[in-house]
Amino acid sequence: MAGSDTNRSQPLWLLAELTYRCPLQCPYCSNPVEIAKYNDELSTEDWIRVLQQARKMGATQLGFSGGEPLVRRDLEELIAEARRLGYYTNLITSGVGMDADRVKKFKEAGLDHIQISFQASNEELNNYLGGTKSFRHKQEMARVVKEFEYPMVLNIVLHRKNVDQIRDILDMTVDLNADYVELASTQYYGWSRVNIDQLLPTREQLARAEVVAKEYQEKMKDRMKIIYVIPDYFENRPKACMNGWGAIFLTIAPDGSALPCHAAAQLPGLEFPNVRDHSIDHIWNDSDAFNKYRGFDWMQEPCRSCPEKEKDFGGCRCQAYMLTGDATNADPVCDKSPHHGQLHADVDRIGSLSGTKEFESKPLVFRNMRNSKDIMSDRTIPA
Amino acid sequence: MNNIPEIAPTFRFQWEEAQDCYVILYPEGMVKLSGSAGEIMKRCDGIKSTEEIITELEGAFPGVDLKDDVRNFLDNARNNGWIRYKP
Repeated sequence: MAGSDTNRSQPLWLLAELTYRCPLQCPYCSNPVEIAKYNDELSTEDWIRVLQQARKMGATQLGFSGGEPLVRRDLEELIAEARRLGYYTNLITSGVGMDADRVKKFKEAGLDHIQISFQASNEELNNYLGGTKSFRHKQEMARVVKEFEYPMVLNIVLHRKNVDQIRDILDMTVDLNADYVELASTQYYGWSRVNIDQLLPTREQLARAEVVAKEYQEKMKDRMKIIYVIPDYFENRPKACMNGWGAIFLTIAPDGSALPCHAAAQLPGLEFPNVRDHSIDHIWNDSDAFNKYRGFDWMQEPCRSCPEKEKDFGGCRCQAYMLTGDATNADPVCDKSPHHGQLHADVDRIGSLSGTKEFESKPLVFRNMRNSKDIMSDRTIPA
Repeated sequence: MNNIPEIAPTFRFQWEEAQDCYVILYPEGMVKLSGSAGEIMKRCDGIKSTEEIITELEGAFPGVDLKDDVRNFLDNARNNGWIRYKP
């Protein structure tokens, strides 16, 4: 029986990707490039059932995400149900589609926290990267969020086009009174993988950015918490991705497919169970997909005999698959991986070309339904 | 007297059945509290003063001098932002 067995893992973190519809078109979006396929969204009743079942299994943190979750008209209703069930509810949003009235309704419904993303610290770049005029509205919404006494997280995804402005970005977050700032380095999955040549920062950029991030972490330590993580590609050890496969994270995609991480849909040979057909209990405990990379038995060398495997679980399955063609390989971010050199070659190639006019003027592929359809129809081999 | 502690509005404090303990919840995170920490936090209701909390706890757990433990815990809780004192 799940729940009575304390040795079993619990889905503590439930990420509800309510929709992949989004008014923004960020070229580094972590959604799958196949967003155009996900038009059969779960109903309100489906989501309520998912919330109830996951809560019973121990889920405590709930993220309403997307796409843009504000697009869903039933968001207030879902927040109210989440509160009734005792979740701590996080709304992860661009702020587009929000106004003071809706923020008030969310508060009344019991929402705990709002995270707003910014694309940059100036209007022109922010609006260019998001593919929409949103900068001033975001700033206004950040002020409203504070007025309603929510804890506020501001999230800024960093990459080659904006990382040099890190000081301005941090000054903006100070002005807006953020409680937490996530300087999220782009990780190269989904759309950002398509755009990696345009987005990967150089080693020099990262070295400069790190100095500024540390300066603000120290300077602001009593007022806000700044989280700064450098991109995987510049590390020598992999991240403990998702804290291990099927260990604490449960993502439900807009169509109801259940995933151990939001990028896992790209992995081959896995059939992800759908909440329309199965209970969360079955999905978490019994499905092949959630058991596939649990524990250590699936590992190959160098992970299998590595003393660090209990710390990082071999890194990220998606990255291993994308960069080596086999999801059971070590994440090539690890310098014990025989594929680690390839990763460096990529960083060096992009580093040597970046700054040159021809390379920088290559267009970004924006995240939208049209481009999603184009990518899917062009694809002859799975990327 | 500003010695009436209450849970800060940017944190949530609740009993978690699945963890069998009280927890503090904040954006994308959770801290599990020990039994004694939970007993103190659940009395930070914005009504009772620190002294009243100590008296109540010493009534509930007789024979133990809890004064320093409670004060130390509340100092930590305030440093972490979990509680604030009513103005």
